[in-house]
Amino acid sequence: MFRASKLVLAHFWVAFVAFLAAACLGEWQMFVRSPLSPWIANPEHYYRSVTAHGTVMGYVLPTLVAMGFGYATCELALKRALTGLRWAWAGFWLVIAGTAMAAATVGAGKASVLYTFYPPMIASPFYYLGVVLVVVGSWIWVAIMGVNVYAWKRENPGRTVPLAMYGNVAGAFLWFWTSLGAALEILLLILPAAFGWTDTINAGLARVFFSWTLHAIVYFWLVPAYVAFYTIFPRAIGGRLYSDAMGRVAFALFLVFSMPIGIHHLFADPQVGAGFKFVHATMTAMVSVPTFLTVFTIVATAEVAARLRGGRGLFGWVKALPWDEPMMLALAFSFVMLGFGGAGGLINMSYQLNETVHNTQWVTGHFHLIFAGAIVIMYFMIAYDLWPALTRCAPLPRGAIKAQLWLWFVGMLVLTLPWHWVGLLGMPRRMAYYDYADPALAAQAWTVTASTIGGALVLASVALFVGILATARRGVAAPAPYTFARPVHEAPVPRALNGFGLWVAMMVVLTVVNYGYPIAQLASLKDASVPVIPIGTR
Amino acid sequence: MSAAAPSHAAAHVAESAERRWAIIVVAIVAVLVAITVVTGLHWAAMPPSRVETVDVKTLHLKGEFVESNLGTELAADGKVTVRLVAQQYSFQPQCLVVPADTPVTFRATSTDAIHGFVVGTTNANTMLVPGFVATFTTSFRKTGEQLMPCHEYCGTGHEAMWARVQVLPRDEFLSKARGAERLSCVPGK
Repeated sequence: MFRASKLVLAHFWVAFVAFLAAACLGEWQMFVRSPLSPWIANPEHYYRSVTAHGTVMGYVLPTLVAMGFGYATCELALKRALTGLRWAWAGFWLVIAGTAMAAATVGAGKASVLYTFYPPMIASPFYYLGVVLVVVGSWIWVAIMGVNVYAWKRENPGRTVPLAMYGNVAGAFLWFWTSLGAALEILLLILPAAFGWTDTINAGLARVFFSWTLHAIVYFWLVPAYVAFYTIFPRAIGGRLYSDAMGRVAFALFLVFSMPIGIHHLFADPQVGAGFKFVHATMTAMVSVPTFLTVFTIVATAEVAARLRGGRGLFGWVKALPWDEPMMLALAFSFVMLGFGGAGGLINMSYQLNETVHNTQWVTGHFHLIFAGAIVIMYFMIAYDLWPALTRCAPLPRGAIKAQLWLWFVGMLVLTLPWHWVGLLGMPRRMAYYDYADPALAAQAWTVTASTIGGALVLASVALFVGILATARRGVAAPAPYTFARPVHEAPVPRALNGFGLWVAMMVVLTVVNYGYPIAQLASLKDASVPVIPIGTR
Repeated sequence: MSAAAPSHAAAHVAESAERRWAIIVVAIVAVLVAITVVTGLHWAAMPPSRVETVDVKTLHLKGEFVESNLGTELAADGKVTVRLVAQQYSFQPQCLVVPADTPVTFRATSTDAIHGFVVGTTNANTMLVPGFVATFTTSFRKTGEQLMPCHEYCGTGHEAMWARVQVLPRDEFLSKARGAERLSCVPGK
């Protein structure tokens, strides 16, 4: 049945090996700027490392995991062979080629612009072309996801698309529209400058284009984790999903509200007026709705399962949950980090409070906690959960998995909570070193050491994760039938929640409304074009 | 789990619990937005709000960002304005002087890459994008010296780009700021 298992494994392996390498870089960065190490001799090496770390963690890891999980879902949830297997391999090789091209360029020191690009700094064109190849490869995946769900619907008229597939297709459509912002920035503004066809660039406009991608990409990262919450977690704890319809509502709302909010990254920027900043702030409040709904549904799912296992009392049922099950542990860790990270996010997106923390170390703490913490821990669980179906391996060692999850959770908190704290004290980000001899910074030195220790725990966790997958004994077990969770009440869902037309239309319209004017205004400003700054040698 | 056959009563209970929660969520969001609106309008607490451009190619030669005009200005009507320029890898001037408990308007821009700054533990925090003038008004409650790092990656020397801000008691500031000169605390000036 599982025709695409090789394809999925290829995606996962490249993702996780790149992940391990990027985690090593991250820990090196923490160490080299901590009081444990003397000042780095060449700060450029630090920024080279930051660029590689961000590019892998932001583009390569989540894209490959989403692609692999999406293909697996096509076969496992729709129970039909994947349509477009050859195209899928083509997309995979494009991602590989792009990753290799970008990595080589960054490694050679010709692209130390960070994964957020920051024009007017302009790197070697091969870096941007590498990123473009990764994105184009992923667009093939978007098309394949659409084709497969469409084919299934034609073969199964009147039936409800399985929730796992619904969520992954929503993530695919979201990604296509999300990646368009950065694609426009690269194609229209950056590449002409990188190739030397023009000497100036509109940095303000470039930032607005990038903000279109920069926030919504987070929801693309998050969708596989939410699909795991809704469709793997309930089954793994021996229960059923509380509400299938609410899962669909959450994915649909992510489609609608992910894009028209990116300008909240630009609250402190001079090139966007207060009006659009306010509109984007309000819409950002709306995008917390699907997460609030998800937390309720998943906690209710856990409560129902716990009460069926004999749990009693207002909170006493928590004790009756299957804590021995790695998925239970992972979900609890994920929700704790989602809670901290989400609360921090509400502060960031606040029209006023943002000024206190804008672009400080707080922000680094926030997105590591919510992406690496709450989301990547579910990537681990997706891999662990699919591994027996993918490789016919013997059951994975539960003790090692739980140790890996604990290391990740404790490491992430020790890494990110000090960042939040010093962010409030005004510590800036992306510093290759700090002058701890300055009395104002001396008092903050211990926090960098603490984060270095947290990073070491995280790195140990990543190594253990890759080790568990690599040492799984392949081909020894019969292929276990893979199932997604079933809902408690299998009720038919409204038509709108079985398709994407309405939500995609709202997504496009809201984006055009919320970005159209700022983009048109900035594009028409003459003074806004500034000389480019070549990075490395062109 | 034996609830495979949907019991309508149970489904109804589940659905109404879900609906109650949805109402609470909408209320939370409404309160958040209301707080934003009220503080925005009533305290005039807003992020930088206007789009103003400046030609980076000539800003050091003419206009308000020429070197002699950088620093802190005390206007005849008592308004305090700080003008500064960021470039790879320093601020001009490197040491700013501002009065405590007084509205201070910052006007700043960049001549090359994207920069930004945050003043110590205060809310004075902005991005500096070349081609645009960042303007915001704030006031400082505590006197003393604060660090002012560049907080946006601007190239290989980013980590060395730090300035200082001296917040003086209002009277001391007023006694120093006389005439048309621009105040700063750069040594030797």
